[in-house]
Amino acid sequence: MTQMQTPPDVVATPEAAREPVIEMRDISITFGAVRALDGVSVRLFPGEVHALMGENGAGKSTLIKALTGVYSIDSGVITISGERHEFHSPAASQEAGISTVYQEVNLVPNLTVAENMLLGREPRRLGAINVREMNRRARRTLLHLGIDVDPRSVLDEHPIAVQQLVAIARAVDVEAKVLILDEPTSSLDADEVEKLFTVMRRLRDEGVAIVFVSHFLDQIYEIADRMTILRNGRLVEERLVSETSQLELVRLMIGRELEVLDRLDRAAPQTDAEEGTPLLTAVGLGRKNTLEATDLTLYEGEVVGIAGLLGSGRTELARLLFGADTADTGELTFRSERRKLRSPRHAIDRKIAFSSEDRKAEGVVGDLTVADNMLLALQASRGWLRPIPQATRTQLVDDYIQALDIRPADPQALMRNLSGGNQQKVLLARWLITQPEILILDEPTRGIDIGAKAQIQAKVAELAAQGMSVVFISAELEEVLRLSDRLVVMRDRRKIDERVNDDVSVRDVLETIAGEARAEEAPHD
Amino acid sequence: MSTATVSPASTWDRVRTFTPPGRYLPLIATLALFIGLFGVGGMRYDGLSDPQVLISLLIDNAFLIVLGVGMTFVILTGGIDLSVGSVVALSTMIAAKTLQMGWSPYLSIAAVLLTGTVLGLLMGLLIHYFDIQPFIATLAGLFLARGLTYLISVESISINDPTFTSLAFKTVYLGDYYVRWTAIIALATVAVAAFVLARTRFGRTVYAIGGNESSAMLMGLRVAFTKVGVYVISGFCAALAGLLFALYILSGNSLHAIGMELDAIAAVVIGGTLLTGGRGYVVGSLLGVLVLGIIKTLISFDGTLSSYWIRIITGVLLLAFVVVQRFATRRRS
Amino acid sequence: MTETTTRVQRVLRHPLLWPVLALVVLVLVNVVARPSFLDVRMQDGHLYGNVIDILRNSAPVMLVALGMTLVIATRGIDLSVGAIAAIAGAVACTRIVGAGDEAALTTAVMAVTYALVVCIVLGAWNGLLVSVLGIQPIIATLILMVAGRGISMAVTDGQITTVNNPFFSDLASGFVLTLPLAFLIALAVLAFTAVLTRRTALGMLIEAVGINPEASRLAGVRARTIIWTVYAFSGLCAGMAGLVIAANTNSVNANSLGLWIELDAILAVVIGGTSLAGGRFSLAGTFVGAIFIATLARTIPNIGIPSEINYLFKAIVVIAVCLLQSPRARAVFRVRRTPRPPAAGPAPTAEPAPATAGVRA
Repeated sequence: MTQMQTPPDVVATPEAAREPVIEMRDISITFGAVRALDGVSVRLFPGEVHALMGENGAGKSTLIKALTGVYSIDSGVITISGERHEFHSPAASQEAGISTVYQEVNLVPNLTVAENMLLGREPRRLGAINVREMNRRARRTLLHLGIDVDPRSVLDEHPIAVQQLVAIARAVDVEAKVLILDEPTSSLDADEVEKLFTVMRRLRDEGVAIVFVSHFLDQIYEIADRMTILRNGRLVEERLVSETSQLELVRLMIGRELEVLDRLDRAAPQTDAEEGTPLLTAVGLGRKNTLEATDLTLYEGEVVGIAGLLGSGRTELARLLFGADTADTGELTFRSERRKLRSPRHAIDRKIAFSSEDRKAEGVVGDLTVADNMLLALQASRGWLRPIPQATRTQLVDDYIQALDIRPADPQALMRNLSGGNQQKVLLARWLITQPEILILDEPTRGIDIGAKAQIQAKVAELAAQGMSVVFISAELEEVLRLSDRLVVMRDRRKIDERVNDDVSVRDVLETIAGEARAEEAPHD
Repeated sequence: MSTATVSPASTWDRVRTFTPPGRYLPLIATLALFIGLFGVGGMRYDGLSDPQVLISLLIDNAFLIVLGVGMTFVILTGGIDLSVGSVVALSTMIAAKTLQMGWSPYLSIAAVLLTGTVLGLLMGLLIHYFDIQPFIATLAGLFLARGLTYLISVESISINDPTFTSLAFKTVYLGDYYVRWTAIIALATVAVAAFVLARTRFGRTVYAIGGNESSAMLMGLRVAFTKVGVYVISGFCAALAGLLFALYILSGNSLHAIGMELDAIAAVVIGGTLLTGGRGYVVGSLLGVLVLGIIKTLISFDGTLSSYWIRIITGVLLLAFVVVQRFATRRRS
Repeated sequence: MTETTTRVQRVLRHPLLWPVLALVVLVLVNVVARPSFLDVRMQDGHLYGNVIDILRNSAPVMLVALGMTLVIATRGIDLSVGAIAAIAGAVACTRIVGAGDEAALTTAVMAVTYALVVCIVLGAWNGLLVSVLGIQPIIATLILMVAGRGISMAVTDGQITTVNNPFFSDLASGFVLTLPLAFLIALAVLAFTAVLTRRTALGMLIEAVGINPEASRLAGVRARTIIWTVYAFSGLCAGMAGLVIAANTNSVNANSLGLWIELDAILAVVIGGTSLAGGRFSLAGTFVGAIFIATLARTIPNIGIPSEINYLFKAIVVIAVCLLQSPRARAVFRVRRTPRPPAAGPAPTAEPAPATAGVRA
């Protein structure tokens, strides 16, 4: 997979000699108090695959939506072929020659392939759609791209990969100058990715500028010519892929943590993992197109950190351990009992807790009070007929509001009115109240203020010291390293390394993620 | 999947190897159901095998066919229109009242059609621009149309206008069999609607919205126009159905057509249209109406079964189609 | 000073403010039209008057609406309640007619119990379609809406069945403690529902499922059981409403009993401030909504308009309430203000999710 495909000499040409087809300069977009994009500049050249790189919240999708006219920009300039443009609708952007294919294919599943390609601009005769001509045109475009699909077949008879190709064919049929592919490969297998890349190369060679978003580093190195790296809504750097090592790339994406947090003293001595009680053993746990077979053992009183980029399988592993998604393969053993997890409910009964990375969609119940949100999991496991007695409710809620320093300290406040950090603490409390043996935290500190972050980290250490087994997932390596006793490194939906955390350095992990264990180049600090 | 390179096959080859695509299966099932019911009926009761019975089905259900056409448009976008029964009643009332007041029958027809269309337009605007759920917006339409009907007259008004009565009874002979104009109008409506849905951008956008509305929006289709448009069409069809119903029953009455929206929805679903939108054909709705009609005929031929069995059987058919389609779509996704 | 302003603010922000205000306005219209409107007099130990009539007439809608409130809170809808009410009436009446002693108390009790059990089963059937088969609520309950009146007629064999049982007719016309029994039954069910949802955890779990189904699933909430429970409860409530209506005329007409009551019930729920999008629900709001509808029905003849035109006013109320609740409409009417920023976070308003998601991948 890693063969480097050096594109034609476009990249070698001095940049000044070529005119970018699109230039975005100093783009800023603000949502309420959140600065989603802060002075970002991107240039797209014709005949080039341009990768947009960045972790969650880096601003990739906001940037794409600015380019496709879904969001309007607050400040900055977009020029297309030297001409200034402002997009206020997706239609305006499409007219300017920008086509987008999203991860979830934005086509209509119930119509034919040809219709999906030509919907809205079908050839007509005497006011009626000329179906024959439409199919002929669609077939021509498909043949041209080397896509082997019957244009008369209905779209949803085809796998996602083919639908994605059809979406590209639709985009190309409008004579797009710029083609944006937003995570097209996240649910494809290797063969399907190859097919997609063949089509991409063909288009690139015809002079289309392609924006490519993917979390798979190998894919970036296989197909992309140039990349723009974003972090926290800011531009980090624009680079040529051929001149950037994977290690450098990962470092640029993840960055060094700027905040200085007190180094936490772990209350518990470093447990020797092999001697503790195994709470949960997973053997060959996997799911098609999500996670390759993975082994993992969790011991009492230990924090296992999972490091890896977005899409590396870190979240996917957590979800399988909790039964949020069902595993296709593998076995789970709880203490000595072998069980399948068919739903979160099963996991909760086995004393597992899981706090999702997507706080808003999968954690917070916004219109309920803080107290209700905290007690939701416990109440759910008791069933609706056995309400938690009022005194216990008050006691539990007050205790956790105090212990986690939740503000406002008002159990009756509506959850949606709390800040992100406080919401996260409430969710943590929701799970602690169920007294789990295994606590899986997926990005518990993302997007929250520094005070709350330190408090959550301290709580994690304290819980492990009390004997809980904690799985800690975070995009911030410093944080993972600081907290974990054992470290699991993931990449491309696989576990690639597992080791005891005896002063593992960020650099070690970066190298493992980048797949360049032999340090070839001097690091810059 | 690989017909791209296939050399042109002879017509016979194509006929021989023809297997109906999956999307026609519900339609074929409904057709088979209809033929089966007709066959069973024909064997059991002598009178039923007469082709005139078939034509009478069209005549007696002309209004329901037209209603089904409008409802098909709405359901294909994933919406629903609960107001059509009330609009039918309102239409009969407007026709009866205006004729009683001495309006020209043509003016009266125009007034009816205009009222239905405007009501449909209003509901469409509410649904699209204010994001009000279709069932609640058309529920308001149901109340509104029924209220207007009562406002015009609480009493039943009979229709004696010569143009109307002659239109109602005029027959066209096809050899030994006869058809009424109402049936011809209904079939023409089906034909026009089938063409619009299959061969115009508007029609294809209807399917696209039912398939995935946000995709349709991102593809730059005229979603707003189309979404409002289907309710306008449904309103117009309800008014036209109201006229046909007035011709059938020759009176305007605020108690007419109570619950007729349910018959229309049932006919559309039994005709193979997916209630969640995106799949279905008007021809299917025509077949759906005929299936309901033949059940009614069978029950009346039988004589021992009471008329309420129609509703129960309709419910059972509805259940069967909904459940089967639910599993079909679940497997696909 | 500040204390009073916060108290005023709290009142202004109270969710019951608008429904109550609307009711008060409606009552005022009546009083202006006919000053004696609010008069209540005592006769034979019973209270009489417009107000009492309104309370009694509100009972069926209120009963149906209570069940509907819980269903709507789970993001559902139950269109079959009218049909279920008709079945309840039919079952009870045929049982009474068929009993050995038609006028006996035990006959009435047995018939009512039997009818209500049937209704719970029918509600559970809806729940099965929605929660186990995953059919959209509006479609799932449409099936029984279509078939239900046929079933009801099958029970009565297509006849209008008339019964003669004083205990049964008391359901509608009886008085207890000077108040109409029907209203007291509705009040009792309201109290029961309040206890059922607020004294157990049912209410909280219903709301959690309605507000964020995925978060609830990950927290281990058994949505299936809850959805099943609310539809069964809705069936029970519809059945009680059907019995009250049947008792009112001492007969059952399968075609007209409870016709369009589902629409009135939904209207009552929406007037009461429970959003059709699911989530937080207000039983008190539903109570006010049901009274509002009954008052509206009374108002129209009271101010000298034929009562059939009631429908016209209901249409206006539906549209007004929906516009008030629609965020889109509020945004349109608020254009004078500065254009609002996009909703916090990357949830673009430009891409409304289709209402029928879930079926397709």
